[in-house]
Amino acid sequence: MDEILEILQNNAKADSKDMAKQLNLPEQEVKKRIMEYEKKGVIIKYKAIINKELLTDEIQDVTALIEVKVTPQKDKGFDSIAERIYRFPEVVSCYLLSGGYDLLVIVRGPDLKTVSSFVSEKLAPMENINGTVTHFILKKYKDDGDILISQHPKDTRPAVSA
Amino acid sequence: MKKNKYDLSKMIEALPPSGIREFFDLVLTMDDVVSLGVGEPDFPTPWHICESAIFSIEQGLTSYTSNKGMLDLRSKIAHKIQKKCGVAYDPEEEVLITVGVSEAMDVVLRAILNPGDRVAVIKPSYVSYSPCVIMAGGVPVEIECFPENGFKLDPSDLEKECKKGLKALLLNYPCNPTGVSYTEEELKTIAQIIKNYHLLTLSDEIYDSLTYDFEHTPLLSFPDMKELVIYLNGFSKGYAMTGWRIGYVAAPREITGLANKIHQYTMLCAPIMGQFAAVEALRNGESEVEVMKKEYKRRRNFLVSRLNEMGLKTFMPSGAFYTYSQISSTKLHAKVFAKDLLMKKRVAVVPGTAFSEKGDQYIRISYASSFENIKEALFRMEDFLKELK
Repeated sequence: MDEILEILQNNAKADSKDMAKQLNLPEQEVKKRIMEYEKKGVIIKYKAIINKELLTDEIQDVTALIEVKVTPQKDKGFDSIAERIYRFPEVVSCYLLSGGYDLLVIVRGPDLKTVSSFVSEKLAPMENINGTVTHFILKKYKDDGDILISQHPKDTRPAVSA
Repeated sequence: MKKNKYDLSKMIEALPPSGIREFFDLVLTMDDVVSLGVGEPDFPTPWHICESAIFSIEQGLTSYTSNKGMLDLRSKIAHKIQKKCGVAYDPEEEVLITVGVSEAMDVVLRAILNPGDRVAVIKPSYVSYSPCVIMAGGVPVEIECFPENGFKLDPSDLEKECKKGLKALLLNYPCNPTGVSYTEEELKTIAQIIKNYHLLTLSDEIYDSLTYDFEHTPLLSFPDMKELVIYLNGFSKGYAMTGWRIGYVAAPREITGLANKIHQYTMLCAPIMGQFAAVEALRNGESEVEVMKKEYKRRRNFLVSRLNEMGLKTFMPSGAFYTYSQISSTKLHAKVFAKDLLMKKRVAVVPGTAFSEKGDQYIRISYASSFENIKEALFRMEDFLKELK
């Protein structure tokens, strides 16, 4: 992968001037490539990762992982049923998996009731869906590579050493 | 000189204090310091290595090991050296696990030197080389490297000293503090001198995996080097394992035999937890070394570019994680520069005088610090330089 993408993936706010220096490239070249990636949709958007575990005074979102068993459709396989599911804004992720069930759908809502009714009223009754199992997330330790529950460890190195 | 109260060791008393010590004490008194003065990786040890050591402790593996270190670890090291250098070492007799390369350096020097033996130390160098030679009864012969030569050893300077008689050479590349390394061609010339003068050479290649612009060439990879080269390496820098204190020596059995004699009487063995961690590092650590190396390289490029823009002349170092930057434009002595920068802007760097008597126009800047820290430190340095004008 292009190192520009590697850097941005870890820090969406990385400065193109800094990147140019880091990668020994002209700044114009860095800007050009980023623009191309944006245009092509390689870079979809830039967003902040918010550690909601630390927002203790707010009501926490509820997230559930839902295993979905599906009867695939002729010609379209799983894609069209997947699309019917992932177009709901409540669905934050949707994956086709190998193994005991077909789709893993991650649903987020403001409370338990909202998520449950989404599953029972929207998802489960859908045509070609043969069954669902819902797992509510109780605690997030690590999310997409970022550890959420502990603070960064303190730098214990002596400030000056040979 | 006033005779000390206890009549303590005159040799140790006469050793110069580490050029970093006083500076270190000063930094300790301050908050909000952004340090580019650190000589160890900022990355934590990769988790699979830590986890493996934790598992070994859970298994109750907390004993001594054989003096030379665990045979499994020595075998893996011998295998790695064979792969990198094409030289076979007998893990039973020719590999010794030490408490970091620091201990390796000490026991080897004591094993090979007789009183008065002259040992070439290439300056600027890591702070402990000359003191270790002195403590082993030898006489350090310091060969200075100059900016005109890119801070590389001029082979003719080495040859001159060889003609006067040298017992051994201490070579370190990539080099702390300059980041200088040598290409295969350059090493070929050095290897030829080593061979011609039958010069025992301690080759400290602890930073070898952090070489950015070309492949690191081990000194051992040249013909007939096994008889003369004492290969020193360890886990601290590449695998980010400084605190585990595991280094090693590979050398002809006569030398490891004597080195082990000292090691067994003074150290007994390296800590077993560290040895288990090192085994795991060799087994599964390479991909994480590559990730860290990539990040160091980006920081290096950024740092060198910014320093030159700011007017601190800095050549591109090919390895380790330091720049050796010239501060002549400020007309300040390195010690004054470092102290003022610390007092006024809370940025720590190390004055070049810690590494060479001729280092008063240089500072060592470490990029073993996060990109954000480096960026912040450079902003502060830029302010500092502006205020000097």
